[in-house]
This record gives sequence, C-alpha cells and structure tokens, in this order.
Amino acid sequence: MSKKVHVQTTINGEAVDFLCEPRNSLLEVLRDDLDHTGAKEGCNNGNCGACNVIMDGRLVNSCCVLGVEADGCEITTIEGIGSAANLHPLQQKFLEHAALQCGICTPGFIVSAKALLDENPNPTEDEVRYWLAGNLCRCTGYDKIVRAVLDARNGA
Amino acid sequence: MHAFDYATPESVADAVVMLSDHGKNACVLAGGTDLIVQLRENRRRTDLVVDVKKIAELNALSYDAATGLTIGAAVPCYRIYGDAEIAAAYPGLMDAARLVGGTGIQGRASLGGNLCNASPAGDTIPPMIVLSGEAEIAGPNGTRKVAVEDFCTAPGRTVLEDGEFLVSLHFPAPLANSGAFYRRFIPRNEMDIAVVGVGASVVLSGDRSSFVSARIAVGAVAPTPLFVREAGEALAGQPVSDETIRRAADLARDAARPISDMRGTAEYRKHLTSVLTRRVVEGAVQRAKE
Repeated sequence: MSKKVHVQTTINGEAVDFLCEPRNSLLEVLRDDLDHTGAKEGCNNGNCGACNVIMDGRLVNSCCVLGVEADGCEITTIEGIGSAANLHPLQQKFLEHAALQCGICTPGFIVSAKALLDENPNPTEDEVRYWLAGNLCRCTGYDKIVRAVLDARNGA
Repeated sequence: MHAFDYATPESVADAVVMLSDHGKNACVLAGGTDLIVQLRENRRRTDLVVDVKKIAELNALSYDAATGLTIGAAVPCYRIYGDAEIAAAYPGLMDAARLVGGTGIQGRASLGGNLCNASPAGDTIPPMIVLSGEAEIAGPNGTRKVAVEDFCTAPGRTVLEDGEFLVSLHFPAPLANSGAFYRRFIPRNEMDIAVVGVGASVVLSGDRSSFVSARIAVGAVAPTPLFVREAGEALAGQPVSDETIRRAADLARDAARPISDMRGTAEYRKHLTSVLTRRVVEGAVQRAKE
C-alpha cells in the first residue's frame, strides 16, 4: 500500500479535504469515503456514464479519474443538482416523462444533461443524442430520456 | 487496483528525470481513459504514475496559418474541437476527435494518449498520419521528432524508449485546395471500436480537376494504424475520377492485413477497407473544393 495523499477539492460548492491512495478512483473516493453515493459504478471502464460528474466545468467519467487528480478542482455531483424539496428542472422533467425505470443510470444522465445545458441551453435532438451517447440505459430505452432533456431546455 | 505512487512534475526536465529513474516501472498519465482502466484490470503494472498535465508544453494548443498546429500531448479532445479556428482548419482531425468515446471521455482523452496507447483501431491516428503529423518526444538525451506514421510499432507498443515521453504533436498548415476526412465503420451509431477506419488527405490542382498529392492511412486492419503510401501516390498527378479513386481504394485494400475477430472477418475488413477508402477520398475531395 502506498502512502495516502492529502487532496483539497470543492465539491458541490463546499471545500472538502480527503486522504486517498493514488490508486483510488474519484468514484471510489466519492462513494466509499465521502458518502456521495449518487454516482454509480456501472462498467468501471468509461463506457456507461453512470459515474459521470462535472470536474472544473467538464463532464468526466469519475471511474477514469484518480482521486488525487481532483486536487484543486471543483466537482459537481448529482448531490449538488437540485434537492428533494426543490428539484432541478431536469429532475422534474425526468419524472414527468417517466424517463427511468430501475434508476441506476439516472444520476449519470442528469449530470451529463446538466453539463450539456450549461454549455448549450438550447440543443437540438441530434445534439442531445450525441452528447448522451456515453450514457447507457439498459431498461427504458432512450426516447423518454431525450424527450425529458429537450423539455428541460431553457428551464434549466 | 495494485498500489502505486503518484507524481506531478511541472517541467519536461523533471518528468524526464522521474521517468528515467523508474524505467519500465513508471508510466505516463494524461487523460487516463485508457491507462486507469488498464491498471485496474491488471493489464499494466506500475510503481509510479507520472501525471504530465501540470507541464505547460503538454497543455499547449496553438494554431498559426503560416506555421501550423501544435497540440500538447495532454490536451483533451474537447479543447481541440472547441476551438473554432482549429476546427475549421483541420476538419479531418475533428472527424476523429469528436468520436473518441462519449462526451465524458472527450473531456479527458487526448490525441497524444490515443497515439501512445497504440491501439490498431485508435481513431485519431489515421487522420494524424494523413495530415503529416509529427510527434515531439522528450527523453534523457534531449528531444527528437518522429513522424506519426512511424510512432506505433505493434499493438500497445511505440518507439518511446525508457525515460522518454510524448510532449506534443505538430501538423503543418493546410495547403490551398486541400482537404482531409476520417471515417470509421461500426455497427452502431456511436460509442464503438472501429471495424475499419480510414483517413485521407488530398491536395487538388488550382482548377480542382486533378490530384497534386494524397495521403491515405487505415486503422484496425493491421497490428498498427497503417500509412498506405502507395495508395496516395497512385492519385498524384491523376484526374479526380471514380476510376482513379477506385484504384487507390484497391491499393489500400491490398495493403490491409486484418485479423478475424468478433468485430468482423478478415475478408469483410478487406472489403470494407476498399469501400471506406473510396468514400473517404471522395469526402476529402469535397472538402478541398469547399
């Protein structure tokens, strides 16, 4: 085991320090050490997008980032998007369009869609579909998800 | 994942010292989208991960219409296609930078990493070859330059020696009446590994009726991405016609030496190489005319 490293980050607007081994992925740190279990471990190899977070304004697969790389970075996870009392427009639209079944992929889809709308508030359907190509859903299919994101445009 | 140490050198010289000290027991981290997965799956082992993203040269991205394009080896795809001037000058490169993985991967993955990973199917490598890309390598004996077509030596292997790492990629400025194109064949719409990928660049005569020169490279049909020099040379001085393009496509097919695997048989890949080469040269010609 190698020595633990002290990492200073900002997560969902709050300063967060943590210790981790260099081999720990950002996903492992978020879930196992920081109790941010919204990001899910799906494939653990960058294909499924269930672990997506926003790091310094860019969408990333947190399974493909080392925790130590987050030093000095600002991270937004699903926990920082809306709340039970005050849903983010994307979350509201996912509910209205029934854009989920089992829900495992949903946090990743919401985070990815938020990153899209942050950059491009009025995407076309093609742009939504290409942007979300790195998020996999194995139960519901994609049409309802795409419709929910399109319906959240400009409201996000 | 097995344990390793982590270092963030801030200069090329410091990185060379660290990599030289550890030899084969160190590896370079840029976007990590290949490396971290390989370490996790025990396909690679290392004692030290050297994160090169804090080195200025590795993050450089500059374009000048006279001198060309320099891309630091750790610059992620989104920064490249996000630069409107660069995207307009090198559309053939953008074809590939926009289709490496999904959006999350493109937030981290670099052309330099794609090249150093040396997958036979690496999507950005054929376009870098046809755009006459040159790799700048730093090491204990200073820096050296290697043409992208000579960089990969076998699946997962490159010309990099112990202690060396890729600093940047350079592409000459596009010539007048030139165009480049990259396309891959996959059975899905997105997020897949090429069955075959083809890149082409062409320079046309002033009246756009004939080829002045051309370069063609193919991916996923040999142990490395393959520069098919003879296919491009067959177009030089020839009229732009279905017949000349078909002849170049046949030469690319003849150079392909694919394996059969779950993505397709060798025979299928040979056929695809011909079809894709024809379409990709036509695409490059179209861009040269625009």
